[in-house]
Amino acid sequence: MTTTLTPARPAGATRRGLRRQIGWLFVGPFVAVFLLVLIAPLAYAIWLSFFQDRLIGGLSFVGLDNFAKALADEQLWSSISRVVLIMLVQVPVMLGLALFCALAIDSARLAWAPMFRLLVFLPYAVPGVVAALMWGYIYGPRFGLVGDVSSFLGIPLPDPLGGDLVLLSIGNISTWLFTGYNMLVYISALKTIPSDLYEAAQLDGAGPLRVIRSIKLPALRPAITITVMFSVIGSFQLFNEPNILRALSPNVITSGFTPNMYAYTLSFAGGQYNSAATVAIVVGVLTMIAAYGVQIIGRRKES
Amino acid sequence: MALGYDDVALHGARPETMAVVTAGARYPGKRRNLRRPRRSWLLTVIMCIVLAYILLPLIWLIVSSTKTQESLFGSFGLWFAQPFALWDNVVGVFTYDGGIYGQWLLNTLMYVVLGAGGSTLLATLAGYGLAKFDFFGKRAVMALVIGAIAIPATALTVPTFLLFSQMGLTNTPWAVILPSLISPFGMFLIWAYAREAVPTELLEAARMDGAGELRTFVSISSRLLAPGVVSVLLLEVVGSWNNYFLPLIMLNDPRWYPLTVGLNQWNNQATTQGGEVIYNLVITGSLVMIVPLVIAFLLLQRYWQAGLTAGAVKA
Repeated sequence: MTTTLTPARPAGATRRGLRRQIGWLFVGPFVAVFLLVLIAPLAYAIWLSFFQDRLIGGLSFVGLDNFAKALADEQLWSSISRVVLIMLVQVPVMLGLALFCALAIDSARLAWAPMFRLLVFLPYAVPGVVAALMWGYIYGPRFGLVGDVSSFLGIPLPDPLGGDLVLLSIGNISTWLFTGYNMLVYISALKTIPSDLYEAAQLDGAGPLRVIRSIKLPALRPAITITVMFSVIGSFQLFNEPNILRALSPNVITSGFTPNMYAYTLSFAGGQYNSAATVAIVVGVLTMIAAYGVQIIGRRKES
Repeated sequence: MALGYDDVALHGARPETMAVVTAGARYPGKRRNLRRPRRSWLLTVIMCIVLAYILLPLIWLIVSSTKTQESLFGSFGLWFAQPFALWDNVVGVFTYDGGIYGQWLLNTLMYVVLGAGGSTLLATLAGYGLAKFDFFGKRAVMALVIGAIAIPATALTVPTFLLFSQMGLTNTPWAVILPSLISPFGMFLIWAYAREAVPTELLEAARMDGAGELRTFVSISSRLLAPGVVSVLLLEVVGSWNNYFLPLIMLNDPRWYPLTVGLNQWNNQATTQGGEVIYNLVITGSLVMIVPLVIAFLLLQRYWQAGLTAGAVKA
């Protein structure tokens, strides 16, 4: 008992030792929950992906069989190709629009710029579920705007939720939701440009387009890289919009429409936990590779 | 992963990051003392077209929430129709099926308060602890968190469901709250903010005066951290309020549903056998759901921008 109380070590060292514990007092709760809700599910999913529940013999170790099966799974690949297709069209359109809005608002040539800034950002406050419901109704031929316009013109318009247009329609919802958010990122980045650069450009007689090309776009490059990365991750992880639109167009939007919907269907409706875990891991890894690739390309362009 | 500290810290992935970033911005002060360029009407017209696109669905939602189930089908979507049924619809939203919408609203509030509040608290404590203390294992924790930022939350949803169903946690509120409690990105933001906003000399002085670390945190550091904390809280509130995938997969019992999952269930009634079609309630319920968040955004925006400039002044 006395050993712990008598100052066997110099007082300073003890206090420093105590402070070491105090750091954990702040970090400990976070780390504990982190291990439970982040590391444990990951570890469990990896463990599951090495087993298969068989009718005969029960749970058995199958090595990499699940991954071999997943990589040969046509349904998984068609879901991945769908989100890649959406991404290739939607991300450039959305970020281009966001960039245009940011440059317009930052240009000081736009009337009512603060109002535009606020209102274009507004959809960020709308839950993805509500956005999907709203647009789903608007797309609908029965009481949606598309139906209204179609009957007004007297000609049948193509169904936005039909096989040809459904990917564009889903991409449109993401664009509507996140253009303002990306715009704000660009505006914030533009605000960090030092004013002497603009003064110098003005002295040199550079026009607004020249300023955009030579000053603003280079300054935006890191912000663009980050937004591309987040948009790529968002595309790979697409779930809410197609999941909700499925009620309106169940034949076109299948239960495995996107990789996440596929994993959801496998785990929730199908009870195939091992396959679901494998699909989740494969898609997660692919997402990280894509995000990593964007980072590398962005960095190379910077230097 | 290769998310360099600098990239995220300096350029930011989200608008809220900028609040943190500006704390260390090198170029404070105005730059608008340049000659003001002339207004461009062409630019304004183009932006009005963009705005029309942004506002179109919202206007449609507001107009449609004043219609009955019948007139939804029989009238033009962007103009009002008789009878004006907004109030009836609102009453319908809150009374249908024994007032389950009110229950969903309370559930959502509970998930937001406990999930967003809890995750902001945990992130603040941890970010501060990592920024201002030395302790055994600090580097490992930091590396783990930086790595975790790169993992999209939705990618973890299915694995978390698989684990929680094994643990018997599914179909309880915990299944939704616990995963919301961890925000590696939020912790990272607080860490970056605390390094700038809380001077180490101040903490040393408080220690000299014999103040305990917790007391110092509560009475001094937490105030300095406030703008960064508000940014993270805003981020987390939006995340919890909008959460859909996680509660959808975790919950069976409609009594625990948040609004997002509940509204979608109402929507799906139309396609289920014998289900009553209540599109008017789905539409009005959607409107009722987004109004509080829009108001919170408009109100908080000021505070959030104040935090931004306060950070810039300090630097």
